[in-house]
Amino acid sequence: MKEKQVNIKYFLGKYAIYFVFLVMFIASVFMSENFTKWSNLINILVQVSPILIIACGETMVIIAGMTDLSPGAVMAVAGCVGIGVTIQTGNAFIGMIVSILLGVLCGLVNGIAVSRFRIPPFIATLAVMNIARGAAYVYTDGKTIYNIGDFAFFGQGSILGIKAPIVFMVAITVVSYVILKHTKFGRYLYAVGGNEYAAIASGINTKRIKLTAYLILGGFSGFAGVVLSSRINSGLPSVGLNYEFDAIIGAIIGGTSFSGGIGSIGGTVIGCLIIALLNNMMNLMNVQSYWQSIVKGIVIMLAVGIDMAKRKE
Amino acid sequence: MTKGNRGEQEAILEFSEITKSFPGVKALDHVSFSVEKGTVHALVGENGAGKSTLMKILNGLYHADGGKLYLEGKEIQIRDSIHAGQLGIGMVHQELNVVGELTIAENIFLGKEPKNRLGFIDHKALNKMAGEFLKKQGLSYSPQLKMKEMSVGEQQMIEIIKTVYFNSKIIVMDEPTSSLSESETERLFAKIRELKEQGATIIYISHRLEELDEICDCLTIMRDGQVICSAKVGEITRNEIIAKMVGRAIENTYPKVKVQIGEEILRAEHLQNERVKDVSFYVKKGEIVGFAGLVGAGRTETARAVFGMDALHSGEIYMEGKKISIKKPSDAVEQGIMMVSEDRRKFGLVTKRSVQENLSLPNYDRFSKSPFLNHRAEKKTAMEMVERLNIKTPGLDTAAASLSGGNQQKIVIGKWIAANPKVFILDEPTRGIDVGAKYEIYRQMCEFAAEGMSIIMISSDLPELLGMADRIYVMSEGKITGELSREEATQVKIMGYATANHQEG
Repeated sequence: MKEKQVNIKYFLGKYAIYFVFLVMFIASVFMSENFTKWSNLINILVQVSPILIIACGETMVIIAGMTDLSPGAVMAVAGCVGIGVTIQTGNAFIGMIVSILLGVLCGLVNGIAVSRFRIPPFIATLAVMNIARGAAYVYTDGKTIYNIGDFAFFGQGSILGIKAPIVFMVAITVVSYVILKHTKFGRYLYAVGGNEYAAIASGINTKRIKLTAYLILGGFSGFAGVVLSSRINSGLPSVGLNYEFDAIIGAIIGGTSFSGGIGSIGGTVIGCLIIALLNNMMNLMNVQSYWQSIVKGIVIMLAVGIDMAKRKE
Repeated sequence: MTKGNRGEQEAILEFSEITKSFPGVKALDHVSFSVEKGTVHALVGENGAGKSTLMKILNGLYHADGGKLYLEGKEIQIRDSIHAGQLGIGMVHQELNVVGELTIAENIFLGKEPKNRLGFIDHKALNKMAGEFLKKQGLSYSPQLKMKEMSVGEQQMIEIIKTVYFNSKIIVMDEPTSSLSESETERLFAKIRELKEQGATIIYISHRLEELDEICDCLTIMRDGQVICSAKVGEITRNEIIAKMVGRAIENTYPKVKVQIGEEILRAEHLQNERVKDVSFYVKKGEIVGFAGLVGAGRTETARAVFGMDALHSGEIYMEGKKISIKKPSDAVEQGIMMVSEDRRKFGLVTKRSVQENLSLPNYDRFSKSPFLNHRAEKKTAMEMVERLNIKTPGLDTAAASLSGGNQQKIVIGKWIAANPKVFILDEPTRGIDVGAKYEIYRQMCEFAAEGMSIIMISSDLPELLGMADRIYVMSEGKITGELSREEATQVKIMGYATANHQEG
């Protein structure tokens, strides 16, 4: 009897975040009749897709005990350059590949700075964030690029009747889940973040693991830039601002430990959906955007605070 | 109540029946002795004899469970280290507590800086006071010199005169010469003699027995939390001191099994780095080789170098006759050399992760050649290791953090056993582990040796080394100072080598 109670408590503790999501979802249904409209639900998913794509990479980086502040800026430069290349070559696919490679390059800089030169991740990625944002403005000369042509497919097209961003988001989520759950690299990420010394003393090349995590996040950021720029139908150097924060917050709300070694893609998905739901609900209720930011801050503080209190117990 | 006026001199400090327990360990067991005013009193004993615990009680860092402390005949209760300072008890720690970025003056007055009217630090007064004091102490440093620009010996001198400035009657020095050069040691001794002339009393903790004759007046020998004897220096020979330090009769609690020892497998020649000085040794198949020595003798550093955790400046390592190059732990693992570190929480375990993941960590490449995990092989090995090493855990998914020290240690051993080491280095494998788990680890070690594995066992527990090792190397100050076969090894011989004359070379 007692054991059963303990189990229920354990279950509630472990899946608390899923219940929070469920409660928010149900509350949304009652608070706005527009919420349950099919178009609105699809819209939520389309809007969250670039955030969740970078959040998957960000989850890996945070599990390995690091962080990355550059994805938002990388999205901008990758999106703009991708569109530029598409216009030049007339081939959107080549544009997309260039965007991804540009993202990987940014990840390479982050990864080398952190793993080889031991620059603290916060500082290294802050520098890359500035460089990438600046590069986006230099490349576009501060102007917006219109006439994106076939590049529009990535954010506006459909695959088998499903909106493309949603398909890409699901695919990247699944790949990330497999990486963390079923590959050696995934296990090494947890070990490096949990105790880097022990990982080194177990014969693991921790530098390579850290570098790889940044390369993956860089590639994801480049692709997220493709999806976002395509959706807004232009190459905009100011796009993607603060997206990395939403991604980091999504991961943290989803149970990824900022000190490394703990986290899951499932949690990150829910964490990002909670943020998306919150944004959508406030939009539907016509909450002024300045207030939205304040409410979001409070929710983050509460969610992580409750999680920490629970863990201490 | 006044107590302890023994002899012609007055006892400034008296410990009476001091007792202190930690969970599972009796660190101090009715410790009684007194220290006479104006003397240098040595406190000697093996690692873990209780010297540091006793000094922490004297400095207010720990509180005794029982017993009394008398200062100049009056019973005192020391609340904390600030109170100890007020009572005139100063401490110079082995690991110096200096702030490198601050100046000499700022370090001397740390926390007690003179303030000006606005409540800010009055740097003018600070530097003036420090400058005058330094001059009075015969030191010619500028008070505005940053601590980090001084050598360890110079920093230590500042720590010592700091205790003088605050009128310490009793100065405790914990291994003060452990990182000093010979000339710095000479200067320290001169300072100690000067302080003594001025009437200060010094409690001097040291492993270096040859220093006792030079600087100390009295000594107290501790072992296993008890005082074995107190004597005047000169009344007792060095060999008698060593015999009293190690004392214990060896109990037959080691399940040593006679194993056929094979040919040489590992040979290290002239290993050299900052902490390892020209170390050469070899290990044979099936052999358990012990490394004895005091803390800081360079045993762990030698092992770390062989395992690729620290860089070597020079020296060669041969595995099965072939010269190998080890630059990082993965190189060593590839050669079949694996190591269980003395600090299992730092180097052994990812405590946040599960028992299974910890057991698998170095073995993923053996389980699967592709980038993907082989969940079945992983689980099977984890279960085998839990069973073989008798790891007590609620499940394979349990976080390693929630297991006891003994079971955590078994996980660290198990993760390497799953990788089939040829040479298995165990650094303090039974430290902080209960008796039952210790015995199991000994039994396993014998089993591994019987399978042809070679074991290098570093231990500060002499009876354990004598009970388990086929051959023992003794280290001191980064060098190998002795090699003893199982038959010829005794505690006294080992301690003799471990405290061998350090001044040469």
